Amino acid sequence: MSEPDPEPVVVDGVHKRFEIPREQVSTLKEKALHPFRRSPTDVLHALRGVSFSVPSGEFFGIVGRNGSGKSTLLKCLAGIYRVDAGQIYVNGRMSTFIELGVGFNPDLPARDNAMLNATMLGLSPREARRRFDSVIEFAELGDFVDLKIKNYSSGMLVRLAFSVMIHVDAEILLIDEVLAVGDAAFQQKCYEEFERIRRGGSTVLFVTHDMSAVQRFCDRALLLEHGRVVELGDPEHVGNRYLELNFSLQAREAELLAAQAEDERLAAEGTTISTPRLASSGAPVEALAGAEPGAPKRDGSGEAEILELWFENEQGARAELLPTGQRCAVAVRLRFNREVRDPLFGINLHNSHRDHLLSASNLWSEPHSGVFAAGEEIVFRVSFENVLAPDRYHATPAVATQGGAWIDRRERMDSIVVTGTHGSDALLELPFDVRIERRARSGTAAELTL
Amino acid sequence: MSAPMAPPRESEVTEDPLTAHPLGRPIKGPSALGSDPKRLWHLTWALAKTEFKLTFFGSALGYLWQLMRPLLLFGVIYLVLSKSKLATENHRPYYGAALLLGIVLFTFFSEASGGSVSSLVNRENLVRKIEFPRIAVPLSIVITAMMNLTLNLIPALIFLLAAGGSAQWSWLELPLLALMLALFTAGLAMILSVSYVSYRDVRPIWDVVLQMTFYASGIFIAIAGLAPLNVLGVEINLSHVLMANPFAAILQQARHVFIDHSYPTAASAIGGGWLIAIPIGIAIATLVGGFFLFDRRAPKVAEQL
Repeated sequence: MSEPDPEPVVVDGVHKRFEIPREQVSTLKEKALHPFRRSPTDVLHALRGVSFSVPSGEFFGIVGRNGSGKSTLLKCLAGIYRVDAGQIYVNGRMSTFIELGVGFNPDLPARDNAMLNATMLGLSPREARRRFDSVIEFAELGDFVDLKIKNYSSGMLVRLAFSVMIHVDAEILLIDEVLAVGDAAFQQKCYEEFERIRRGGSTVLFVTHDMSAVQRFCDRALLLEHGRVVELGDPEHVGNRYLELNFSLQAREAELLAAQAEDERLAAEGTTISTPRLASSGAPVEALAGAEPGAPKRDGSGEAEILELWFENEQGARAELLPTGQRCAVAVRLRFNREVRDPLFGINLHNSHRDHLLSASNLWSEPHSGVFAAGEEIVFRVSFENVLAPDRYHATPAVATQGGAWIDRRERMDSIVVTGTHGSDALLELPFDVRIERRARSGTAAELTL
Repeated sequence: MSAPMAPPRESEVTEDPLTAHPLGRPIKGPSALGSDPKRLWHLTWALAKTEFKLTFFGSALGYLWQLMRPLLLFGVIYLVLSKSKLATENHRPYYGAALLLGIVLFTFFSEASGGSVSSLVNRENLVRKIEFPRIAVPLSIVITAMMNLTLNLIPALIFLLAAGGSAQWSWLELPLLALMLALFTAGLAMILSVSYVSYRDVRPIWDVVLQMTFYASGIFIAIAGLAPLNVLGVEINLSHVLMANPFAAILQQARHVFIDHSYPTAASAIGGGWLIAIPIGIAIATLVGGFFLFDRRAPKVAEQL
């Protein structure tokens, strides 16, 4: 063939916006009483000029934070939403799995549900019947074919739904985080099936939060933020950028500005704009980004007042992100309201699971800190080698008397994100060396020294 | 890297997918009919069959319950009317069978149109999670009601034969009338289901309309003999006006062809000749208008739910 085959998926400059009326007219009565009143609408730009293409056989990841537009993109690809501008071209039989078991009815047995589900996903009744045995076999539900699925365990349901899904034999699969269900053994089976699909040459578009899945399966990945493509390419690279967006306010603000610039350009075309400050779940973006509910606790006599806390990187500059493996510091500025003799200064660090990882103070090293006059301002600084694992850490600074009474203590006053490229699930990233020594054939083949 | 301001599409520039390769088929988003008529039919049928199965396998007495509703209604009305003065004026041969036919057809009409009102909203998980021809949803409701109608006609037939009626050639017209009724109802189903997505008071409004239809289409009192109505000095023939309702006209014609020829045809009941074009026109307009309304709103339904 001289002419190359069309790419399985081509997305060209896709825009999608949602018009959300400020007052929802939901009855005919209101409409009849005020036939010409048009309620003002907020326009939410879910996708702003998204373009990419996916070559045949590629496993393509779509990642982004909540409300970044990734599910909207998938629904546009699937044809569930109509795009407002731009084009999507698809070459090949496509199936969408936004949810497992779409249309399952609890009062029907597995047989009817599998048939209905397969028909919904695009098989003809004859094809569905022919594949039924294989569906049941994969799902390991041979003994339960005629059991109403309301009597199924959730694991059985998921197995049935997933089994139908992979038997549709689509050339292009759109998958939206359906794997976040089922027990570990089943997930393993799904992953194996993913590998099979991948080897079988299907093109897969996979929407997820899970960066480890992206790095494990995807050939390339796309990162969305505020409906724009922020990064496209190597999963490792996209993953790092995703972490940065998740944890750095600065990076998010930069993206917000870029999105607003795009909106202004669109506004010139005559639409009202509201920036998607709300994520799809309805929660404000800031709340999703790690701040926790409830005002932080504060104790103390008030003889001194903690004013400010910040983090410093290796160069001593204030930082929002600290790369693991480098030296860093936590600094606290405070003011004395009365004269205080030999106070103790301390800082505690807790990770996002509230594990206590650092407790630093001058109690052992320099308990006699001296006399501080009323009105005096000081900065105390705790510096350390950053061996913390990537996570968000909250700092609790405190000043206390020698006797242990709080002068001022501000629980979880501020937080910092530690980034790293390879997460290990360990609480700390202690520096280590790995050495492998080959021995003579008679003994053990290799020895691992840590 | 901390504050990247580079335009996001820069990474695409090197690829330019649009010139390197020819393009596949465009994805146009959801529509009423979809692009594949076969798929539309498979889906509609699968949905209708599922719904039908649910009523029948939900309980061991499924079919019996399905029959109970129209039969009980019939029993009450028949008992009361046969003992009332009204009945003497409405007496025609096989009144019982004619009444049962009316109730059975009305059961279909109310089941199909009433059931379709919230059909799109009830199937929200399908509409929002999967691409398929949206019209399959209201159509499947009408088809399920057709299946029930077929079953419900059996007792009407038994009743007629038991009362001494006999098979006639004109029965062949009955499927045609049923089809007309189904198409008219399908038009209504499209309008109702898609309106309910935006306006939730469609449900109570339609319930009232159905109730009015029950009394005003001659199900248990023949409307042919109604006295004229005097509005501001203008005399209006009420029975002609009521016959403009396609449901009433179809029922009238069905009685003529199925029960006994002594029941006037729809054409003569409406006042003869070309006037029959009014209910037919309304039925066609409902179907066509319903389709256009549905087609126009279908692409946005997933977003409005």
